[in-house]
Amino acid sequence: MRESATGWLLTLPAALAFILLLLVPTLAAVGFAFTDFELGAGPPSWIGLENFYELLDDQGFLKSFRNTLLYVGIVAPVSVLLGLVLALLIESRAPLRGFFRAVFFLPVVSLTVAMASAWQYLLHPTIGPINAMIRAVGLTGPNWLSDSGTVMLSLSAIGIWEGAGFNMVLFMAGLTAIPKELREAAQVDGARSGWERFRLVTWPLLGPTTLFVVTISLIRSVRVFDTVAVLTRGGPNKASEVLLYTMYTEGFTFLRLGYSAAITLVFLVIVLALMWIQTKVLDKRVHYV
Amino acid sequence: MSDAAISTPAPREASAFWREVPRLLILSVLGLVFLAPYIWMLSASVKQTDEIFRASMTLLPESWAIIQNYGRVLREVDIARYLLNGLIMCGGILFFQLLFAIPAGYALAKLRFPGREFVFGFVMLGLLVPAHVPALPLYIGLASIGWLDTFAALIVPSTISVFAIFLFRQFFKQLPDEIIHAARLDGMREGTIVWRIILPNAWPAATAFAIFSVVAHWNDLFWPLIVVTGHEHATPALGVLHFRTEEAGDDFGALMAASVLMTAPLLLAFLFAQKRFVEGIATTGLKG
Repeated sequence: MRESATGWLLTLPAALAFILLLLVPTLAAVGFAFTDFELGAGPPSWIGLENFYELLDDQGFLKSFRNTLLYVGIVAPVSVLLGLVLALLIESRAPLRGFFRAVFFLPVVSLTVAMASAWQYLLHPTIGPINAMIRAVGLTGPNWLSDSGTVMLSLSAIGIWEGAGFNMVLFMAGLTAIPKELREAAQVDGARSGWERFRLVTWPLLGPTTLFVVTISLIRSVRVFDTVAVLTRGGPNKASEVLLYTMYTEGFTFLRLGYSAAITLVFLVIVLALMWIQTKVLDKRVHYV
Repeated sequence: MSDAAISTPAPREASAFWREVPRLLILSVLGLVFLAPYIWMLSASVKQTDEIFRASMTLLPESWAIIQNYGRVLREVDIARYLLNGLIMCGGILFFQLLFAIPAGYALAKLRFPGREFVFGFVMLGLLVPAHVPALPLYIGLASIGWLDTFAALIVPSTISVFAIFLFRQFFKQLPDEIIHAARLDGMREGTIVWRIILPNAWPAATAFAIFSVVAHWNDLFWPLIVVTGHEHATPALGVLHFRTEEAGDDFGALMAASVLMTAPLLLAFLFAQKRFVEGIATTGLKG
């Protein structure tokens, strides 16, 4: 009796905060998506799926949706692969382990807005060091952030730079959990090359870690916002619109809250789908014991 | 003869060293690419504007402009205020997150009470929802009670972290029940147990979570951009953004100097406590 009273008392503050700050606003956001709610335009009315029909015809939104998929499709696989390669290279032997780990982890703890400014300078068409190097070999570099053909690539490169070190740390944690004896046993059994040992021992045992890192990378990259808000503001001509930035401008610049909520719902469905796929794969594939 | 016997290990050591070379070479090249933004940011922050605009490829400036660039930033940008605001925001958020999550995590892990599984179900559901989803209604709510552009607006929406509850629950599950039973037998009240037994034991999980939370909120732009308009409550991220859009213009040297000054505090903290940072992020990586 005393135990259950204490149990309730200890969870009560968290439960109240949860309801007030998370549950109710989330349900409200879902509800808004089916209304024509606009700030300062009178009381909202229920319009069913109309916002979603509008989304399907909205070239800006469709561009934003495609751009987000493109960004996720580049950043997630490359940053996972790079994270794995870095973790394997650093973990295999001791020298300079801490130094290299710190170098690749720096972007994770750096103020994104400030580093975006540094990237803008690096990528500047006329005064940027990258194009200066390209000029040095006699070519002309593109206008990385202001050309609709290269802007998503440039943002993706920054995204990879931001995320690879994070993935590396997760892979390193996964690698240390693999007993050394297993790799040595594989060597005795004839797996001579490092690649063989990786393919037969490390990679299968790293399965759960990899799935986890892939999911996190997908979800992190769907949430791309900072670099777009700082560097391109969705431009040039919507060439770098992404879901969260479109949601932000519709909701907080144009004050079309219902429409913005509909975009939020699309965003939420994508995130939930990614998590659902993870649990499905987790059930089926990654059993190794 | 004896000389030869001593020198035999030498070739093997040398070959071990040469086997390291490709690995270190790849890491060094990649490392330089990763450090490039920092290197060029530092370089531009001490160059004269006209030298930056000549796009010279040398890292060291022909004539130093440290005082000019950093001086301009320190004169025109209220760095101290932005950093203090960031500190207040992160400190406030972390305080309430721990205040809510530690007792709840303990109750969900160690106490039996009706509705416990129900509450934990909601925690798991909450883990699925990114913070951007409730943002619109929270903004409207804060606007309607006149809290926009205050510290409360920056702090309150992030005070509840289902991830923290989940993390502390998993952590307290590993604590042996005997500690709690023994404390009860000693006649300790349930409240005293939380304060005297559970809290001191929560530190490893709390530091890991603190690092995760501070890094996430210090660097966040999305929410501060929504609720803060002026300079008074601007966070470091907003501070850089304001200087960029309103004042810096073409003065890349000053912009880079501002970026250096705003990035430095968290980077230095990381370099001093590297191991804790990496462990903190690795154990809490779950939520990202």
